[in-house]
Amino acid sequence: MPNCDVKGRALMIPYPVLVFNGFCRSIMALTLDDVRRAAHLARIAVSDTEASAALAQLTQVFGMIEQMQAVDVSNIAPMSHAQDLVLRLRQDVVTETDQRQANQAVAPEVEHGLYLVPKVIE
Amino acid sequence: MTYQTLQSLAQNLAKGTCSSVEITQDYLNKINELNLSLNCFISVDPARSLAQAAQADQRRARGEAGPLTGIPLAHKDIFCAKDWLTTCGSKMLSNFVSPYDAHVVESLNAAGMVTLGKTNMDEFAMGSSNETSFFGVVHNPWDLNRVPGGSSGGSAAAVAAGLAPVATGTDTGGSIRQPAALTGICGLKPTYGTVSRYGMIAFASSLDQAGPMAHTAADLALLLNAMVGFDGRDSTSLERPYTDYTGQLTQPLKGLRIGLPKEFLAAGLAPEVEQAVAAAIAQYQQLGATIVDVTLPNMGLSVPVYYVLAPAEASSNLSRYDGVRYGHRAAEYVDLMDMYKRSRAEGFGAEVKRRILIGTYVLSHGYYDAYYIRAQKLRRLIAQDFVAAFALCDVIMGPTSPTTAFKLGEKSADPLQMYLSDIYTIGVNLAGLPGMSIPCGFDGQGLPVGLQIIGNYFDEARMLNVAHQLQQVSDWHLRAPTAGVRS
Repeated sequence: MPNCDVKGRALMIPYPVLVFNGFCRSIMALTLDDVRRAAHLARIAVSDTEASAALAQLTQVFGMIEQMQAVDVSNIAPMSHAQDLVLRLRQDVVTETDQRQANQAVAPEVEHGLYLVPKVIE
Repeated sequence: MTYQTLQSLAQNLAKGTCSSVEITQDYLNKINELNLSLNCFISVDPARSLAQAAQADQRRARGEAGPLTGIPLAHKDIFCAKDWLTTCGSKMLSNFVSPYDAHVVESLNAAGMVTLGKTNMDEFAMGSSNETSFFGVVHNPWDLNRVPGGSSGGSAAAVAAGLAPVATGTDTGGSIRQPAALTGICGLKPTYGTVSRYGMIAFASSLDQAGPMAHTAADLALLLNAMVGFDGRDSTSLERPYTDYTGQLTQPLKGLRIGLPKEFLAAGLAPEVEQAVAAAIAQYQQLGATIVDVTLPNMGLSVPVYYVLAPAEASSNLSRYDGVRYGHRAAEYVDLMDMYKRSRAEGFGAEVKRRILIGTYVLSHGYYDAYYIRAQKLRRLIAQDFVAAFALCDVIMGPTSPTTAFKLGEKSADPLQMYLSDIYTIGVNLAGLPGMSIPCGFDGQGLPVGLQIIGNYFDEARMLNVAHQLQQVSDWHLRAPTAGVRS
């Protein structure tokens, strides 16, 4: 009983318990480039030190996530919502009133009702 | 240390033995006295609270008071409250004064409740110890060197220490139940879709749900009554017939079938937690309940599944913080891309960045099927386990957290250890089920233990009945911390 402790109780997550079986498929190890790429996609500046630290932590987390590979999911439909409900549509009418002033009061930089950002088109 | 329940405060207000202004002033005094050592509030605004209390008293004088009119409460700082600083525990929103009210805030204001302040929390609700807050750690009132749990740690500590009679919280993976357990109070996460998420700052939208935190099950029921309701502004809000959650409280428990999943007795469960939970279950048997063995065979997968789905949804939700329309903007940058990157690097803390990176990675090209879709499929297996279990029982019981409150700093350097402490609560969020935690004992160090009660979909009234009945024959919920808040 490899997945039970001495009392015969199920061992749930004492990391790194990976239940390898025929469905298991290893995903390639995370690299520093993966971390930098994800950081770029997420628009978060990372220094080399931060990227290395993140790599070590994410490798650990993905080691745990890897347990998902041990289960056969071929005949299961993905569940994206807690109740499998069809999302409701609302009437196609204007419901929002003009809140520009209130909303822009918390903006970092506005001028004439417009949000200011660095120049994007030369 | 003593505290008053919402129910007793409401009775006093109704009898006219005290006013809302008096009660509110009393709580503001306690906050003033103890918040320095607990750090459970991020913002308080006594003048505003007292003005709201005065309005509640006038409403009562006009004969227009409802059951909650004049009762003070604390809101987790994840709920937008008009003209209140609303930070979500983050530097990113440390300057954000909300221009509008969340549905929950609006509903409780309409009921005449008085906002005492906004409570501290893990940054963007990502944490199980309240140690990721930009505004500093919250201390557990039972032992100031220990965590209050998270992410609703400020709300939990405030109620436990008597700085608010009740509070709001949110629960994405256990963020109401686990801090309730670690601070010896009650907390309930309703069925997904029951409470509107409008104005509740989003973390993982398919899992996030708001709920009440209080000293007793009866108080939870009273507060939940005012939080629930259809709201067209949340596309996942459900249209359901009105339920009075206090309606079943006094029903006897004879014939109640309690499901005990064997997976809940896993390695890593502290023996004293196991004993306290077993003692509570034995007490339920004396009350007429029967025990049914059930199994949740895929429960072990809930942590890995959650740490794919929640970060994936978070990475998408948190993309809105771009330093353009609101929130932190870096002081220096060379172009728009640099502005985004620096604003987000400066505005988010380490745990939030870690989860955004995990989420971005699992959603990225080439990994989407292996991680995200696979996790969604496993989510269905986890939910189906609960459906099968509820064919055999009325409620499922077990521990809320594998341990009592751990020491500040004990797990903060090891994200994985922290993630694993949510093992008993996460499955409930993945399935969309209601779950609650109530106090059921103490360990040898005097730290509270929480009993988790999981109900079938929309069965909150029954769960509250089950919790209330235990509270009629035990006094765990009446204990209040003394040593912690004085040291």
